[in-house]
Amino acid sequence: MQFMLLFSRQGKLRLQKWYVPLSDKEKKKITRELVQTVLARKPKMCSFLEWRDLKIVYKRYASLYFCCAIEDQDNELITLEIIHRYVELLDKYFGSVCELDIIFNFEKAYFILDEFLLGGEAQETSKKNVLKAIEQADLLQEVNYSLSLSLPHAVFMV
Amino acid sequence: MAPSVCLQEMIRVIRSARTQGEERGVIQRECAAIRAQFRQADSGGRSHNLAKLLYVHMLGYPAHFGQMECVRMIASPRYSEKRIGYLGAMMLLDEKQDASLLITNSIKNDLSHSSQYIQSLALCTLACMGSAEMCRDLAPEIERLLKASNSYIKKKAALCAVHIVRKIPELGELFTPSAHSLLSDKNHGVLHGAVVLITELCERNPGNLDEFRKAVPELVQIMKGLVTSGYSPEHNVAGISDPFLQVRVLRLLRILGRNNDEASDAMNDLLAQVATNTDSSKTAGSAVLYETVLTIMDIKSESGLRVLAVNILGRFLLNNDRNIRYISMTSLQKIVQTDHTAVQRHRGTIVDCLKDQDASVKRRALELSLALVSAANIRSMMKELLRFLSTCPPELRSHATSGIFNAAERYAPSQRWHIDTILHVLITAGGDVRDETVPNLIQLISVASELHCYTVHKLYRALISDISQQSLVQVACWCIGEYGDLLLKGDCDEIEPMQVTEDDVLDVLETILQSHMSSPTSRGFALTAIMKLSTRITNNIESVVSIYGSFVCDLLDLLGETNTSSQANQNQVNTTSNSTSSSVQENLLDLLGGLEPTPGKGNILFYFNLFTGTMSVTCLCVFSAPNVTVYEKGGVNLKLQCDNQTETAITVTFTASNSTQSDITSFTLQAAVPKSVQLQMKAPSGDVIPAQVCPHFCRFSTQSAAQHLKMRVRLSYTSQGTLCQDMVQIDSFPSPAWN
Repeated sequence: MQFMLLFSRQGKLRLQKWYVPLSDKEKKKITRELVQTVLARKPKMCSFLEWRDLKIVYKRYASLYFCCAIEDQDNELITLEIIHRYVELLDKYFGSVCELDIIFNFEKAYFILDEFLLGGEAQETSKKNVLKAIEQADLLQEVNYSLSLSLPHAVFMV
Repeated sequence: MAPSVCLQEMIRVIRSARTQGEERGVIQRECAAIRAQFRQADSGGRSHNLAKLLYVHMLGYPAHFGQMECVRMIASPRYSEKRIGYLGAMMLLDEKQDASLLITNSIKNDLSHSSQYIQSLALCTLACMGSAEMCRDLAPEIERLLKASNSYIKKKAALCAVHIVRKIPELGELFTPSAHSLLSDKNHGVLHGAVVLITELCERNPGNLDEFRKAVPELVQIMKGLVTSGYSPEHNVAGISDPFLQVRVLRLLRILGRNNDEASDAMNDLLAQVATNTDSSKTAGSAVLYETVLTIMDIKSESGLRVLAVNILGRFLLNNDRNIRYISMTSLQKIVQTDHTAVQRHRGTIVDCLKDQDASVKRRALELSLALVSAANIRSMMKELLRFLSTCPPELRSHATSGIFNAAERYAPSQRWHIDTILHVLITAGGDVRDETVPNLIQLISVASELHCYTVHKLYRALISDISQQSLVQVACWCIGEYGDLLLKGDCDEIEPMQVTEDDVLDVLETILQSHMSSPTSRGFALTAIMKLSTRITNNIESVVSIYGSFVCDLLDLLGETNTSSQANQNQVNTTSNSTSSSVQENLLDLLGGLEPTPGKGNILFYFNLFTGTMSVTCLCVFSAPNVTVYEKGGVNLKLQCDNQTETAITVTFTASNSTQSDITSFTLQAAVPKSVQLQMKAPSGDVIPAQVCPHFCRFSTQSAAQHLKMRVRLSYTSQGTLCQDMVQIDSFPSPAWN
């Protein structure tokens, strides 16, 4: 996977994960053009489209579009499953996830994504394991945070 | 988890901004505060501040001042700070920034941290944005982690290795030994990572193929385990056990089995099993089947297996899910050349997809349909394609017309069928036919000699109802020009007779010339048609002449720019009214015959002069004004030529030529005329006249009749080092031929 974008129906970006090195300017250009292209698609149309030299796989969940750019040899149908798995993870974590959750807790959306995909590839195919890892990391952060409030120079080790 | 109140509050404030300006104001204030906080060594709120900055960055605002803060946070001992620091690094730093190198050391340390969650952060960041240098530096660490760690870290290390190999393929050697051994791990995450790594190693370095082909039996076992195992809740997706892993294993098998009989044999049974047993009612199953089909078609599989694969694709074509139909056609496109007969069996379904609502599906169906056209099915396929053409979305039309023409040319069962097809396309989609195909179409029509009458009649009828389609207009005009006499004769087999008069024909051609929809090329075609017809039309020369009169500019455009070679044609064809003597006709034919309708490319200068006025002149004169030498000295020759622009204005063109051995430079011409005459000078073609070469132009236009014009001309030039100046008085100008 080269990148994943989440955006609303008004074209506002909610998450962007890039797995290829591009300048800020290029990223903005790609985002703008691709968002426009996807938003112009009608509801019943195919989830796949060819854009520049990439294959784009997108799916809409409520008010959010999940859009991935994959390479030629990548399987489009399994990418749809990857998108779906990510949505399920968000759903489980936030409890019936909605766009606002992702807006106000964007950094957590990233943490969850980073526990599911690594370098653009799936790292863990068990939903349970991803959620368990996130839970543990959150716990670590929590302990860290409360510790840091009482003892400014403590270092917490697991 | 304690909510980051500051962050969420800021987000709320930003979202409540009512205008873009207001938002910008809020952002500016926040960024200023964040900047100030970064400068302090404040411990508590550091991660919140960076998080706020990252949010602002996602909205599209500049955040580069946060880069160093990321570096600092990553180096912090606290997990909360590292976590956001690494996220910041992935968002704000990419390998092109210098700052990214600064985190290499932190990453290195964190890779050996005792907390696996901290190791995880480092691995994730390296795999996401690690530059080649960072990868080179840290590769040995990754290799170590591949071997001696728990599953949680191993699976991440494997994907990190994938990234490293993508950046520096030579480092693949480092990972090859461990990669193979990872396949015996039971953890799905590790297996998945291992398979992806091996895939990458094989793709980057074909030398690895032999080594990893030894793993085929293991891979087959893994697949078998997944396909035949009972329900495993942890990895189950819609009844398929770990489709993600299955798809990757199948893809790796494809690479290993390609061009290798032994490997292909070893996987044959498995592929048959997967192809037959996988339930494709949901996407997960279809994804696995799809990958299976791709693998079967790419390796050296038995023919029975190939047929099975194509049939799966055929079944996909009938699936309700549009995505699956699209995928199927993409795959069929890949194999239509190699497995043509197998794909032909599904032609009916493919053709049905031409009617799909989705433009992407339509496009695929068009590509496939064109690829499936053959001598055997040309008639029925063409019916479908022509039907498709009438409802075709605009972006596909020119591709469709080109495809149809190609197919028609290759497989036309008869000339009549071919012409009919061409006519049909021109009439229904003439506006989308590519310009380049027009000459070819004309050529095809001209060759089908028995059908000229039929063709010109059909095209004429199409033309009178619609002159907006340029390709149709061009081909029709050409035919009318060539076969106008057949058109005027009125009757033709196979078509209802229709009376067409000369007036009718000239009318439609004139309409084309007048229409703003007509392109310059089309106008050229129309004019040429009129010129050709003028040799045949007996009763309507007046109309012809008046058309020429109205469209002089187009005529001049058609016949080309002025050429610097004074190849002035001395023929003057002059005749009086009424009698269109055959000698006129012959001369016209002489001059016009052999003219190709290629606007703008002529290199012979013609001036058309129109005679109007009291005389009832009804003929066309073609002439070029005589060229008179007014100055000749030292190898420099100045000629003059007069042309009428209008009744009261003439254009005087001076042509200078140089017959000396060296260049003439700084050549200038000045002209003076009597006060009663207005003079306008046009830009000369330059001020250097190369030796022995092309003449040089200077042009004046005057508001005066030739007989009244007098002019004094001063020349100045440098020849062979010496400056020469001369004056020439011109008292009589050669009049362009008047009647």
